[in-house]
Amino acid sequence: MFMFEKAITGSRRYWLWVLALMALLGLGLLGWLHQFQQGLGVTGLNRDISWGLYIAQFTFLVGVAASAVMVVLPYYLHNFKAFARITILGEFLAISAVTMCMLFVFVDMGQPTRVLNMMLHPTLNSIMFWDFVSLGGYLLLNGVIALVTLSAERKGVAPPAWIKPVILLSIPWAVSIHTVTAFLYSGLPGRSLWLTAILAPRFLASAFSAGPALLILLCLVIRKLTRFDPGKEPIQKLALIVTYAMLINVFFVAMEFFTAFYSQIPEHLEHFHYLLHGLEGSAGLVPWMWVSMTLAVVALPLLIVPRARRNEKVLALTCGIVFLSLWIDKGIILIVGGFVPSPLGAVTAYAPTLPELAITLAIWALGALMITVFYKIALSVRESLEEPGTDGSVPAGTLPSVPAVH
Amino acid sequence: MRDRGIILTGLALFLGLVTFPAWYNLARGATSRGPDIKLPATEKQCVAPTAYMRASHMDLLVDWREQVVREGNRTYRAPDGKVYTVSLTGTCMLKCHTVKEDFCDRCHNYAAVRSPYCWDCHVDPKLVKPLAHGSAAASEPRPSGSGSSTLAGPLAYARGSVSASEPRPSGSGSSTLAGPLAYARGSVSASEPRPSGSGSSTLAGPLAYARGSVSASEPRPSGSGSRSAP
Amino acid sequence: MTITRQAFFRMTGLAALAQAGRRLMAAVAPRRWAMVVDAQKCLRDQGCTRCIQACHRAHNVPTLPRPNHQVAWIWKERYERAFPSQRNEYTAETFKDKPVLVLCNHCDNPPCVRVCPTRATWKREDGLVMMDWHRCIGCRYCVAACPYGSRSFNWVDPRPHLPELTADFPTRSKGVVEKCTFCEARLAQGRPPACVEACPDKALVFGNLADPDSEVRKLLRARYTIRRKPELGTQPQIFYIV
Repeated sequence: MFMFEKAITGSRRYWLWVLALMALLGLGLLGWLHQFQQGLGVTGLNRDISWGLYIAQFTFLVGVAASAVMVVLPYYLHNFKAFARITILGEFLAISAVTMCMLFVFVDMGQPTRVLNMMLHPTLNSIMFWDFVSLGGYLLLNGVIALVTLSAERKGVAPPAWIKPVILLSIPWAVSIHTVTAFLYSGLPGRSLWLTAILAPRFLASAFSAGPALLILLCLVIRKLTRFDPGKEPIQKLALIVTYAMLINVFFVAMEFFTAFYSQIPEHLEHFHYLLHGLEGSAGLVPWMWVSMTLAVVALPLLIVPRARRNEKVLALTCGIVFLSLWIDKGIILIVGGFVPSPLGAVTAYAPTLPELAITLAIWALGALMITVFYKIALSVRESLEEPGTDGSVPAGTLPSVPAVH
Repeated sequence: MRDRGIILTGLALFLGLVTFPAWYNLARGATSRGPDIKLPATEKQCVAPTAYMRASHMDLLVDWREQVVREGNRTYRAPDGKVYTVSLTGTCMLKCHTVKEDFCDRCHNYAAVRSPYCWDCHVDPKLVKPLAHGSAAASEPRPSGSGSSTLAGPLAYARGSVSASEPRPSGSGSSTLAGPLAYARGSVSASEPRPSGSGSSTLAGPLAYARGSVSASEPRPSGSGSRSAP
Repeated sequence: MTITRQAFFRMTGLAALAQAGRRLMAAVAPRRWAMVVDAQKCLRDQGCTRCIQACHRAHNVPTLPRPNHQVAWIWKERYERAFPSQRNEYTAETFKDKPVLVLCNHCDNPPCVRVCPTRATWKREDGLVMMDWHRCIGCRYCVAACPYGSRSFNWVDPRPHLPELTADFPTRSKGVVEKCTFCEARLAQGRPPACVEACPDKALVFGNLADPDSEVRKLLRARYTIRRKPELGTQPQIFYIV
């Protein structure tokens, strides 16, 4: 089922990696059990900063999940053949990322056993309800798409026609998941750092840089570890997407700075003061902010200059820088920064505790495990196809694909 | 069959394990006699027919919960016409099943059905110390604010007549200081030396007065007494 | 075994009837509960915390050892913190750095209610912003949404931090958000909220805004009042006489 047998055969290196991830998972599970028993007080969260690492990771990963659309759209809507071989990788990345998102929300809940209340008592005016719906739907969509297209590929036939509208649906759906996630924040009257119309566009821009950057890195890793070579062209096109998205993202952030600093309105300014140089002696986020901004600025020329972008070694470094910069931005600064100062003007420090870190690491490990297993399956299917006589009856080099829309 | 020995041993072990509950209880002399519940001493009539309660008291409780919390409807008319105020602690426990261990727990333990999280929040009367216990009457309607002499519980402090709120020197933090101002008493690490009136910026919310120039945190016997209410 | 058909209908029918009756009553004699806080009266005895103690006693609100895990339904904030848009260097001496009572504002247009994914918090017809601790999933979206910091989350089990329990009101468990409920249970019995009753100076006045002759209405006509962060459109129902 799900071609899972392909994931349980592998080299020694593969198994070491899988076991290391499972060890991290086990540690995190212990941490979570401790948290479940004691309450969320075991984390660094507090009365003023009520959302922290978990929700921040969720926010960042929704972006990564949405970024699958950056490979799906060009290929299925515009017949951009170069992406033919990597759409499946994008979809699997999306599935893993969405699963991680849902887990991060789950571990953040005070009463996780009551999670079904969200379905038993749907509240249409609550953005969180819609976030739940959109993430669940996206997971389902991508799961079906990946399964159907990969099965068809393995059998050497074209996927069934009905998968086409499903794939097309996933495109606006991807945009919607991150927009809805931004809406969680941008509609709250008491939190001025988030109360900005540009938050959703900013989220999308940073998602479309971080996601494809990660995908590039994954492709480079796969090329090293397996016989699958995505090719130079898809990677270069992804790099171009990262470039434009990063430029737009940095521009949007600059817009935020302008509005806050030129209007001089305290409620807006105070958050930036806290992030840039601290407030009242509390400066926990300042190094993170400066590192993130510096990395972004350093990444831009490396992306823009074609020679740097075409050099795959430099590109790997650049993608790592971009991913790190945006992870800090969304995964640490934005969420925690929105709570400082609090509505009552309190400046509180936040630092995740050991259980919190263990749980976070475990969920990342699970995501990595899912990607490992999925990619192993997908690439094993591809490899067996490219060796005629072993699996499918399709001669090497002819990968069936869903015809594009015109 | 070369492995007959191993197989038969394994089989015997398995059968022994699988029938463990049966022969263990037999050896222990545990009987199948049901739980021994103690019916309420004072009340003879239940709020609903016994058979219904046996089968569906949880549905009744959930229905009551929704009625009270979400609809604000606290009156329940039993099939026999009697009217009750819906309150788990105030009516069910304090009126009838006064000791949880004698009634509720008997069946629940016997059937190994852990009651859901009700008692995580709802107060088992045995946990309430005598001071507030007199508030059994509080769940019944009483003339508003008239403060009868049996006044206890929430209104005790309105009259200052309970030992916990003894006459205190004006303006200084009382020794009964509890809740958000517990830290106004001084030995909190969060409140470093307090420059008067300066931005006590790190502490807002309930701890705003743990530092700063407000009289609530004026010098007083340091660290005396407990931080929580007596 | 089930109850008889008649008994069942009697039970459920009566409940529905009671609800309809209440709706009718609300339409005929509407109630909009609100409170006026006389901040100046409250300042007469700045060390006084009787309303806070009364409330926290009445509702089993715990005292947490860690300051930043604190749970509070009503407490005092510095004037500049309670009314940040009034911040200025030359605030009148009466209020500069002085304590002001703050609590849930029971807003008419509450952002916390708007964001709750399970309706664990909702606005009742009579104006109270209610809490259902059975339904709360502890997502803390309402905490993020409240522009006043009125809500507290139970980061740990509160029971060990409650040296004394009152049987009148349940405690909460870890993992749910709580806040002032305008003493909904006492209102149902025709009694005023605990804080209002506890105040020796009658600095807290609670009443029905829909009744033009209520004490709150009279006060609002006679005295100038301000509310917290009115520019956010939340329509808070706690008025401060300053």
